[in-house]
Amino acid sequence: MENYALYAPRLVNKEEKFTPGHRACIGCGEALSIRQAFKALDRNVIVINATGCAEIFASQLPYSNWELPWIHTLFENTAAVASGVEAAYKAMRRKGGNLPENTKVVAMAGDGGTSDIGLQALSGAFERGHNFTYICFDNEAYQNTGNQRSSATPLGSATTTSPIGNKSIGQFSWKKNMPEIAVAHNIPYVATATHGYPFDLMAKVRKAVDTPGPAYVHILSVCPTGWGSATDTINRQSRLAVQTGVFPLYEVENGVYTMSIDLPKLRPIADYLKIQRRFRHLSDDVIAQIQKRVKLEYQKLLEKVNVTKRTKSKSKTGSRKAPAR
Amino acid sequence: MVTRVGVEVSIALADAVKLANPDVIAAYPITPQTHIVEHLAELVANGELDAEYIPVESEHSAMSACLGSAAAGARTFTATASQGLALMNEVVYVAPPMRLPIVMAVANRSLSAPLSIWPDHSDMMSVRDTGWIQIIVENGQQAVDNTIIAFRIAEDAKVLLPVMVHLDGFTLTHVIEPIIFPTQEAVDKYLPKNRFPLPLNPDRPVAMGEFAPPFIFTETKWAQEVALNNSKKVILKAWDEFAKAFGRKYLPVEKYHSEGAKVLILTMGSSGETASVAIDELRKEGMDVGQIRLRLWRPFPFKELREAVKDADVLIVMDRAISFGGPGGPLASEVKAAFYNQAKRPKVVNFVISLGGRDTTVSGFKEIVNKGVDIAAKGSKNEYEIYGVKE
Repeated sequence: MENYALYAPRLVNKEEKFTPGHRACIGCGEALSIRQAFKALDRNVIVINATGCAEIFASQLPYSNWELPWIHTLFENTAAVASGVEAAYKAMRRKGGNLPENTKVVAMAGDGGTSDIGLQALSGAFERGHNFTYICFDNEAYQNTGNQRSSATPLGSATTTSPIGNKSIGQFSWKKNMPEIAVAHNIPYVATATHGYPFDLMAKVRKAVDTPGPAYVHILSVCPTGWGSATDTINRQSRLAVQTGVFPLYEVENGVYTMSIDLPKLRPIADYLKIQRRFRHLSDDVIAQIQKRVKLEYQKLLEKVNVTKRTKSKSKTGSRKAPAR
Repeated sequence: MVTRVGVEVSIALADAVKLANPDVIAAYPITPQTHIVEHLAELVANGELDAEYIPVESEHSAMSACLGSAAAGARTFTATASQGLALMNEVVYVAPPMRLPIVMAVANRSLSAPLSIWPDHSDMMSVRDTGWIQIIVENGQQAVDNTIIAFRIAEDAKVLLPVMVHLDGFTLTHVIEPIIFPTQEAVDKYLPKNRFPLPLNPDRPVAMGEFAPPFIFTETKWAQEVALNNSKKVILKAWDEFAKAFGRKYLPVEKYHSEGAKVLILTMGSSGETASVAIDELRKEGMDVGQIRLRLWRPFPFKELREAVKDADVLIVMDRAISFGGPGGPLASEVKAAFYNQAKRPKVVNFVISLGGRDTTVSGFKEIVNKGVDIAAKGSKNEYEIYGVKE
């Protein structure tokens, strides 16, 4: 383990495809996640970027922080644009076009662009089976426009459109489970990741891009500006999200769930909530309610891991003992 | 040898797309565009057309996929109508400033509400200011020819703009007409390979669609306007060379007995042929009347229109859409703008006709011409009239 800590960072690709000099806020978890994600990849990638923080802070005419072919068009259509790029390469290659080998298509959007306004286009692209990777950089609200709630904002979070008040605890609904929606499309690869676990994040992005067919990676990206948290603790917040069970790290490969980290015991969610201003108004009752829900969801996830593992091993045995007809 | 075959115009248009050999077709079905995309799906399914057919989940995604495909350097086609065009409106605006040469057939149909699947021009007018080149045809042959021509215009290095080919729904899309199909060899000669100059390619990274702060935004719009206006030269050349290769000539403003006529009727789209029959009859009856037909809606052919109308005293403009609360029909409003600063200008009389598929017949057009002449002489308190409306 000591050796790993010493040498592993040196194994990381030094090459930046997402270069420094962008305009992200200090302590931006999304910028860090993007940097990690593209370190995991080679230069054979075409990036489709939705409108959002990352698009705004890294692409002002006439500058760009991208050393990869990159396109932004609109907010909600990222997966559809990616479908077009993928289909174009497929057709042109088949028809003898002179194109570089093994080109990968990576679409990226925020939580609003993915789980709200872009969900239909994403669902369509998953269902049609395009060979592309979609990365959702989830900072749990519309942070680019100033912290308005999205369907990915967790219960109780104070945002500018789910403000706290005499009749409001902040966000009134539970966070939409976007990775599960991706899983429901029966795509070959779905994973969750966060920048506090960089090697895990990089391995998953790499795996996603190497998977033929649609792949989805949901990356929790701490937003100190919107969340009201310390800019020098974003990786701690990211890890606490995992260790409290608020944001479990897992993979779903061809329907089979695997946990990425073994957590013998979840930390109390208060450890995570108390270091963020967006949650500081929450009463003990609400915190208890959230705690209950987090445990329940975590349990459900562990059960999926067990069930799909069992099914996988059973089906293997089954195939060996296929009855003769 | 030239052979004419009887074929439904939608099928013929799809066959014209096939002759253009596109790489990607992304489309969502909507009446009355369906037969176009169904036939394309069939051609791909049978291996007669080597293309990727993306059966997208909405028109918004259809146009979005087209953006991606064209940006990757592929020859790209889609088709839509009415609500579909309205739903993709946001994306329609993106293609021209990003200089993406997409070709789209629009089976013109009215916009809800109330729901109507029948033709008028409210959909094509809703995208008037998006920066696309807009060609409108009035029969099946023109639809076939201009679909092929549209690819050549769009992908020309001097243009690199998307092109819409408008054909009226049902009146054209669902009728069987005699069509002359160009041979594959002749089309290949006429339509060069798509060579999009800066495609998305890892070997040569480019950034497309960055955001523009105020210091540069105006310049991007200026560049877009210059590009659209400059496209006219290429459009004229493409039509000219098409005439040389295939013998059928198209012009931004086409004339029918208009030379020297004092009264002119201006039509756009499929109703033009019915109007021509009315013109024949009126001329037989001794009236000095002619017709002009608009083929190019954007960029608007101001020069050609002024030239075609130079001898006329009365210009009766037929619109198939209303600009609500405004000056009447969008076409008349454009025509008035074209003549306002001219020393000699005709009296412009505007009728809105054939909304939501209601027929305007030959006798209807004759009545309109007579009424128009009367209004031109006596004046009217109304800016325009909706022909045949039951008030």
